[in-house]
Amino acid sequence: MTRKQRRATFIALGLGILAVAVGLVLNAMRDNIVFFYSPSDVVEKSIAPGTRFRLGGMVEKGSLRHTGPATIAFEVTDFSKRIPVTYTGLLPDLFREGQGVVAEGRLGADGNFTADTVLAKHDEKYMPPEVAAALKKSGRWKEGEEAKP
Amino acid sequence: MIDELGHFALVLAFGVSLVQMIVPMIGAHRRDAGLMAVARPAAIAQLALIATAFAVLVYAFVTSDFSLVLVAENSHTTKPLIYKIAGVWGNHEGSMVLWVLILSLYGALVALFGDNLPDGLRARVLAVQASIAVAFLAFILFTSNPFLRLDPAPFEGKGLNPLLQDPGLAFHPPFLYAGYVGLSMAFSFAIAALLEGRVDAGWARWVRPWTLLAWLALTIGIAMGSWWSYYTLGWGGYWFWDPVENASLMPWIVATALLHSAIVAEKRGALKSWTILLAIFAFSLSLVGTFLVRSGVLNSVHAFANDPSRGLVILCIVFFFVGGALALYGWRAPLLKAEGLFAPISREGALVLNNLLLSAAAFAVFIGTLYPLFLDAVGGPKITVGPPFFNLTFGPIMLPLLCLVPLGPFLAWKRADLFPALQRLYGAAAAAIVAALIVLAVKTHGPWLAALGMALAMWLVAGAFVELATRIGLFTNPVAVSLRRAARLPRAQWGMVLAHGGLGIVVAGIVGMTAWRQELVTALKPGESAELAGYTLTLEKVGMREGPNYEALVGVVHVSRDGRDLGYMLPEKRNFPVERQEKTEAAIRTNGVSDLYIVIGEDNGQGAFTIRAYENSFAPWIWAGAIIMAFGGIVSLTDRRYRVGAPVRARARLASAPAE
Repeated sequence: MTRKQRRATFIALGLGILAVAVGLVLNAMRDNIVFFYSPSDVVEKSIAPGTRFRLGGMVEKGSLRHTGPATIAFEVTDFSKRIPVTYTGLLPDLFREGQGVVAEGRLGADGNFTADTVLAKHDEKYMPPEVAAALKKSGRWKEGEEAKP
Repeated sequence: MIDELGHFALVLAFGVSLVQMIVPMIGAHRRDAGLMAVARPAAIAQLALIATAFAVLVYAFVTSDFSLVLVAENSHTTKPLIYKIAGVWGNHEGSMVLWVLILSLYGALVALFGDNLPDGLRARVLAVQASIAVAFLAFILFTSNPFLRLDPAPFEGKGLNPLLQDPGLAFHPPFLYAGYVGLSMAFSFAIAALLEGRVDAGWARWVRPWTLLAWLALTIGIAMGSWWSYYTLGWGGYWFWDPVENASLMPWIVATALLHSAIVAEKRGALKSWTILLAIFAFSLSLVGTFLVRSGVLNSVHAFANDPSRGLVILCIVFFFVGGALALYGWRAPLLKAEGLFAPISREGALVLNNLLLSAAAFAVFIGTLYPLFLDAVGGPKITVGPPFFNLTFGPIMLPLLCLVPLGPFLAWKRADLFPALQRLYGAAAAAIVAALIVLAVKTHGPWLAALGMALAMWLVAGAFVELATRIGLFTNPVAVSLRRAARLPRAQWGMVLAHGGLGIVVAGIVGMTAWRQELVTALKPGESAELAGYTLTLEKVGMREGPNYEALVGVVHVSRDGRDLGYMLPEKRNFPVERQEKTEAAIRTNGVSDLYIVIGEDNGQGAFTIRAYENSFAPWIWAGAIIMAFGGIVSLTDRRYRVGAPVRARARLASAPAE
């Protein structure tokens, strides 16, 4: 094999692997992206039932109920719209009424959101950026601040 | 007063770094030995000053000096001592000081032990290292001063995030930083080599131990972080493809590639400019990781800083170093002459393939991590890229790499024959098939693909063993001869065997967790039982326990299996009154092959407590394998060639045995 051929072999190999990697990334991007919506987005954009997405907002005060042995229900609000959520399992340590939450799951035909993952903010001073943005968008950012005790 | 001393030391360190950045560089350019000689004392002074500042900070935390904003915000008198110390880096400002402390430590190590480096190279390396210190010290002093005063000082601090009050996490950042920042050495060597326009075997031999040190620290840091999330987040998961985790994984992947390509550069003089490019990328990804974690763009336990101006400053630093380094590379790299021709099928060829696949894997992780941020920054929709994305990209790229790992060491340098190499691996292949058959026979539930996964893991472990056995002639020589050969085997060889074998064990752990983990979510009243994977879990009672700075709800869970009494497990839910937060403490019982993992939740209002339990098959192997890999790195680091004080011998070896 000449020097040129060797180099061509490696360049072809490199490009081939790069092409495969790009192909894999594009393919995975098509089906495995999860969008983030606020309750207002869900209502306004009329998200189709069964779509997987992340719902973010504040946990409505007084909405938390135990509906089954290990199942709970609560409402996520951005202070203009509310979406009911059910979740089976242990809530994260920092989940609390009146504070920020991000739930991932699917919207049912009845408008009920079934979450399989619930993420809460990590500390007292912190609000998930998505939630803050959603609240700012709904024009309720300040109200959210004041609503905190 | 003492706090001002710390601040002053940081300012002085900034000044010293400026000198260390400029003077030796000019000296190296003019070949002025006097100017170059400034580099070594400056590097040591820089370390001494930053260490002073850090020590002052530790002192302030230990003595609960709440006149410092940082201490008041992040500490509390009732906190155990270890978390007071860990609290130093459990916040943005303190963690940045730790970052520059480790940076200056690496610089000082080069200054102290760099006797066998050419003067010009050493001066340039230290100058580049100092330029990084200048950037980050300026960042600390102007945007994140840890020594800001609070007047009047409060009587009590606000405490540390309970999630961070954990032994696993207390030491995770120092290791991770030792890895992240350690890659700055490879970077500084790369830039210095580009400035000199010359890369020789000596250069590669110098870069390898630093990269190895950074790599093994990063391996330990990542393993600790993963272990921490496994037992504290209460989901029993070990890897979430969270952007912050990815931020540490990307430099690790590229550092792994760099370790392999540096071998070719050292032993064969080939792939020089590629090795330099990898060194630049490895540290660039460390910087990107620092940006991701420190800028507050991510929603994570690591994101302390919420001030957007800080993120912007770090982004500017990242652009400066990455852009500058790549521009320099584009300008100077053509000067590096390639040597050491090799055929596609050869040891070099295998290492090139390793590098290409690792780079592709890093690329996939990079896109998955940064694309959502990019989309958000340009005003697009908010999206998340979760585990499925990474499983579909990272997985298929790593798969061929894992299959080829045992083959590489059997290929000869320059030109190799595939068939004899494969022939030597018959034993490993047989072991892999046996492993698959055993899995199919024993594990009746779970996907059949798991058998292939376990075969792959066995292929890696057995392949590493066969490599070792061949080197020491285990089956062809008397045992005594083999043992003598084993003792004389270069440590780097042992390191490789351990690292590749450890990788196989990690793969087994991941496959086991993915295929056979069983989950149970239920609510139990005291006295009630539940079944999981053959275990009977009985919640006997629930009580309260007082900790040093928390109060815990403790579930007393009795565990038995087939009537055999296996004792009690005590999952806790801790409540930290100061921070007004809760923290889950999972109870984990391991038998070496699988973990029984129990988490308890609150009273659901009807007298029952939510219980989440998992049987995590092969979970302990993930961390055991990672530790073996890191240990392989340590063993390799003790190789005679890298040993400080043995430079003459190393040179002699190189001259007599160029192609090992």
